[in-house]
Amino acid sequence: MLRRISAAALAALLLSFAVQAQVTFERLLNASAEPQNWLSYSGSYLSQRHSALKQIRPSNVGELELKWVFQAQSLESFETTPLVVDGVMYLTEAPDTAVALDAGTGRVYWRYQHNPDAAARPCCGRVNRGLAILGDRVFMATIDAKLIALDVKTGQPAWQVDVADASKGYAMTLAPLVIKNKVIVGVAGGEYGVRGFIAAYDAATGDEAWRFYTIPGPGEPGHETWADGGDAWQHGGASVWVTGSYDPALDLTYWGIGNPGPDWNPTQRPGDNLYSDSVVALDPDTGELKWHFQFTPNDDYDYDAVQVPVLVDLRTSDANSGKLMLWGNRNGFFYVLDRTTGEFVRGNPFVNVNWASGLDERGRPIETPQGPDKITYPGVQGGTNWYSPSYSPSTELFYVSAWENYGSVFKPEDTEYLEGVRFVGGFPGSPIPGIANLPGVRRGPINNWTEALGNGAVIAIDPKTGKQRWRFPTTDVSSSGILTTASDLLFTGSREGYFYALDARTGTQLWRASLGGQGANGPMSYAVGGAQHVAVASGSGLFVFGLRK
Amino acid sequence: MTSQIGDVRPRRATVCDALICIVISLCAAGGAQAQTHAGQYEQPDIEYGARLYASNCITCHGERGESIPGVSLGSNKFKRAASDRDLVGIIQNGIAGTAMPPNSYADPEIAAIVAYLRNMTRYDPSGTAVGDAARGREIFFGKGDCARCHRAGGSGPRYAPDLSSIGTMRTAATLQRALRDPTDALIPINRPVRAVLRDGKVVTGRRLNEDTHTVQLIDEYEQLVTLEKASLREYSVTTAAQMPSYANVLNDAERADLVAYLLSLKGID
Repeated sequence: MLRRISAAALAALLLSFAVQAQVTFERLLNASAEPQNWLSYSGSYLSQRHSALKQIRPSNVGELELKWVFQAQSLESFETTPLVVDGVMYLTEAPDTAVALDAGTGRVYWRYQHNPDAAARPCCGRVNRGLAILGDRVFMATIDAKLIALDVKTGQPAWQVDVADASKGYAMTLAPLVIKNKVIVGVAGGEYGVRGFIAAYDAATGDEAWRFYTIPGPGEPGHETWADGGDAWQHGGASVWVTGSYDPALDLTYWGIGNPGPDWNPTQRPGDNLYSDSVVALDPDTGELKWHFQFTPNDDYDYDAVQVPVLVDLRTSDANSGKLMLWGNRNGFFYVLDRTTGEFVRGNPFVNVNWASGLDERGRPIETPQGPDKITYPGVQGGTNWYSPSYSPSTELFYVSAWENYGSVFKPEDTEYLEGVRFVGGFPGSPIPGIANLPGVRRGPINNWTEALGNGAVIAIDPKTGKQRWRFPTTDVSSSGILTTASDLLFTGSREGYFYALDARTGTQLWRASLGGQGANGPMSYAVGGAQHVAVASGSGLFVFGLRK
Repeated sequence: MTSQIGDVRPRRATVCDALICIVISLCAAGGAQAQTHAGQYEQPDIEYGARLYASNCITCHGERGESIPGVSLGSNKFKRAASDRDLVGIIQNGIAGTAMPPNSYADPEIAAIVAYLRNMTRYDPSGTAVGDAARGREIFFGKGDCARCHRAGGSGPRYAPDLSSIGTMRTAATLQRALRDPTDALIPINRPVRAVLRDGKVVTGRRLNEDTHTVQLIDEYEQLVTLEKASLREYSVTTAAQMPSYANVLNDAERADLVAYLLSLKGID
């Protein structure tokens, strides 16, 4: 049979398949040159979650149809952002299973299931947000705080290392970040009194290359911001549970740092509590700190700075270098920073905020604490949270899933640290006395998120002014990330089970599908066989859409 | 703020707490059968357990323990536990393959959490009076005229919320508040809605569910209705409850009896 196929026909047949070349660091650096692929968690080192693909556009988005669905075995929140490399999709399902599948059909090539240690105790769900890739390996961080390298073709582990001790409350839920020959991860555990850190591992061997503690030890600059005189710094949290970004020109990697512990009782940890609720800029070769900026000093409210740092090059009247970092923070403020120096450029609230009346000229909040008897805005889940925002170089707008008019009543309590035990210092209460509906991170089929608790919205912010350009309000809040495309489309999921395509310039809804389950990842786009696809999680399924042929 | 129970905060290496010993001996005698729990738990343990629950469990399980499908902590419907010993094991070891993690609580902390779980719907930090359920039943169907709008025990109208399982969902304090000030206690999703369709037809009902584009309600004819918001001429949600206040209709003792009856409504189980 094969002999009857002419050489030319065979060549044509083979060419119809993408050549599956290894993912080198050079390819990662130039990810925008191959928009058919999605090579890292945030789509590129700049973490704009922006696709240069234009085949799906406002004029034909109404012709989207479902191409295939991947059903995860786990019913945990499905928070993965898939990678796509030359026609192969790599994703994770909870808790720690990596899957390789055909990006055109959704059929599975291999599946690797890591069974996490029973000692693992992630605070808020056994979730995993995705993989990183380099060479012939993908890398998975696990909830029992291990880092595993898997062969891209077979799913067999090449190495596995212990990043931290899961029995002490350390866990990992983020997608790793590959820079040069290193795999960089951070640890969760801010509700267990861990001492957070970011660590880099040799991609070839798994050997630890460096470790940066997010709480400075005795003698290090910043240690004095743990001013209790005791051991608060050793149990101060400052976890790292969302993937960082990288500026190749500056050779700096940026990471958002989580809340100090105990979460809601700052009197147990007097001082600014560096580098909790901060962004840190590190040398990716050594882990050396180059600069930091703290959004929320001595946090009372669990306002982790666990947002993906979005890097944009944009000249504004008041920014010196034009190399900016945009940050819609959990604390309700939108920040523009100079990413060369960490200097504050501007900040504005993007939701209802009453814990601070504004920011001073250096970006430090002017605090107006509401106390334990009043509603504090934003509430404990924040004005936004971990789900990725997007920036479009085409519209020059920043897009974020916001929780509007949402508050909590914070009740601090003194808490003793015990290893491996939750260490949160009180609890956030419902803003509606005596009634259920405590705002949660997930929802069921009945919406308890009503007008009484606030609402969700996709918000477009102009980074040149910090002002809102448009908003797309929703009844329920959203835990979905955002994707923009070069054709000025914006895609996002929702907790209500809808998947939207909006006009990125106006916020007008152009198309939607009812998928029925909570969307808790970030949509991403890729092309296979020349056809652009858009993928989004809903419930335990990954739904992949493309244009009707 | 200093915890009121800070001085009884457990030590890490505490030996078997008296309560745990009682629990284990009961289990040894009674096997894994469901137990009667009345009076078995000390009030300080229940209160301490409530605080621990609020700090550690509420994120996943919700304020009323109803957030995990198939698990209703308030009505003690567990997937994998019947006895207190089962609960202790799950709290300590977690459930492999699920989001329930192992925990390193000291024995008295676990005892407190179990005490709270067994008394979740009865626990009432405000000291609300609970009277006699039999007398409360007479008031429900008689003087209170509650059965004119509410359903209980599988019979009655459906326009107002069905109370057949209300005892598993509300605390005594919340029920008392609902009787005195129905608007204040009205759960927002249950708020009355009014819609005007394109043809001018008016639809009113009790909201069951809502999203950005649709609302689900039970209308005044007990029809289950979905409305597309984009096709409505008007749509409004009323924050005022349609139920009258019983602050002056019933006296304190009568309301306490009614609360007792409502707490006794736990579905068909």
